[in-house]
Amino acid sequence: MPATPATPAPCAVLHEEDGVLTIALGGRWRITSPRPAWDPPTERTPRMIRLRMDEVEAWDSAIVLYAFTVSRWARSAGVGFDASALNPAVRDLLQKMEGARETIVPLDRSKNFFTVVGLIASDLWTEKKEISHFVGECVISAGYLARNPRKFRWRDCLSEMQACGAMALPIVSLIAFLVGLTLAYIGAVVLRQFGADIWVADLVGLTMVREMGAVMTAIVLAGRTGAAYAATLGNMRANEEIDALETLGIRPVDFLVIPRIVALGVMMPLLALYANALGIIGGMAVAAGVLDIPPTAYWIEMLTIVDLSDVSTGLIKAFTFGIIVGISGCMRGMQAHRSAAGVGLAATSAVVTAILFIIVSDALYAVIFNILGW
Amino acid sequence: MTTLPAIDVTGLDCGYDGKAILSGLNFSVQRGEIFFVIGGSGCGKSTLLRNLIGLLRPLAGQVKFSGESFTNADAARRRELLRTFGVLYQSAALWSSLSLRENITLPLEEYTELTRDERDELAALKLAQVGLTGYEDYFPAEISGGMKKRAGLARALALDPEIVFFDEPSAGLDPVTSRSLDELILAIRATLGTTCVVVSHELDSIFAIADRVIMLDKQARGIIAAGDPRVLARESKDPRVQEFFHRAAFPEAAPNSH
Repeated sequence: MPATPATPAPCAVLHEEDGVLTIALGGRWRITSPRPAWDPPTERTPRMIRLRMDEVEAWDSAIVLYAFTVSRWARSAGVGFDASALNPAVRDLLQKMEGARETIVPLDRSKNFFTVVGLIASDLWTEKKEISHFVGECVISAGYLARNPRKFRWRDCLSEMQACGAMALPIVSLIAFLVGLTLAYIGAVVLRQFGADIWVADLVGLTMVREMGAVMTAIVLAGRTGAAYAATLGNMRANEEIDALETLGIRPVDFLVIPRIVALGVMMPLLALYANALGIIGGMAVAAGVLDIPPTAYWIEMLTIVDLSDVSTGLIKAFTFGIIVGISGCMRGMQAHRSAAGVGLAATSAVVTAILFIIVSDALYAVIFNILGW
Repeated sequence: MTTLPAIDVTGLDCGYDGKAILSGLNFSVQRGEIFFVIGGSGCGKSTLLRNLIGLLRPLAGQVKFSGESFTNADAARRRELLRTFGVLYQSAALWSSLSLRENITLPLEEYTELTRDERDELAALKLAQVGLTGYEDYFPAEISGGMKKRAGLARALALDPEIVFFDEPSAGLDPVTSRSLDELILAIRATLGTTCVVVSHELDSIFAIADRVIMLDKQARGIIAAGDPRVLARESKDPRVQEFFHRAAFPEAAPNSH
């Protein structure tokens, strides 16, 4: 409320008679302004303390707090406390305040070491089960939609393709170009010592096509699209939209997840191909600008080592990564807790899961392709 | 104590992007009154509330608290005025990372010079006032919806405001819990003389606790009725008012007036 010009400050006037200490409170008591301090009498302990508030113009919790401080002191000093002259509402609040700290509704959040270890183990097990369950559901849904293509949400799938593919071109271009450029610089440092500058073309070409094109694109899309999927689906979960699908007998996986995974499965290889090209151009730029290798020479040298099998291994990986990003994004979104924090956690965990599985599957592919001699 | 109305709204236009949903609103809320803003869905009740509490700027007109303009107040004065009212949001809006105690002590920390112990005592008192004695250490996620509303009210009361705004207090609550919240509103008013402004379309609550209501209407873009809801339900000739009050059967408060 606006301060009235002359606001009488709260005051407490002490007066002792026959061992009864009367505290007369007055003025306007506001919790947001200062209030008189309670100084316990030091010389002579009274027999009884009595509170009065006849002079009080306005009061709120501040006066209750003051009365509470006095009554607590009185109790600890073994002095009688008389609040009968207080306003009944103040008395009632004072009683509540005294009672409040004595009641504690028990709540046990403590956990011992074994509980924690047990919980972690059981979480890991649940996690494994949930992932298998979700992947299984996706496979069943995919099979069902393959048999009933009319049920597939083509429109959603196309708009997701645009969102995760075409709209990701600028960031993918930038990153792929810079990765190609960096590779060329690093290659140049080593190869130059042997006068083998021209092999920068082989290094950049092979690394981009077999490895970096797919991996970098996948990591960008895990952050960009995977997190978005998790947030979208998490929000839909919080909004009960997913429950609404379930009660209609529509499998949310058919409706929401498969179109997104298909979109990523299609767009990721295309983006990786595009990233390969830009990475090679990045390398070419360094070769031409720093190493004085003409682009034609660079191109011809690269073609001697990069062949179709390299490109296709890259694309196989990219396709796998696309599926991984889609599945982790959608899975985390579907598992999200129904709260604002739950959506945030889902997005974070989608990115972490996706990157983890991208790296693991990349290593697996390295072994497999090595055995197959591709 | 001054006799100025707690809230005075004059010529208020409110809406979004320069388009008024409500225009030319004039009304005032007296001290210690339980005042309801009622009306069907989409009539602008929540928009009006957001204008009153300063989350939206009025397109025209102004809102005065105890005679002082809130709309035209400068930044420092505005902050002063902000602490004279509390808001109970529809979803309670408790800060989920803080315990109930911290939820209540945060405004105290911000605006008062109290010590930590005193703040804790006050938090315990506020929780006791709303019937949540002993729940200080709970986090919002650990209590039920009705308890969250109560805790939200305890937070709104933290600075002993003169006015408390309630946004759809009964939304998402069962009738019994909703009724107990109504009683809590009456108790708070009885203890501290707090002015309560409630946005609601819950007929039971309106008839049970409202002193006065204003009814908003989407087409009219303004107030179509004002006064004691029991009288309005009985005597208003306006078909929109009659429709609102008699949609639900409520025998005592809405006797047949046809």
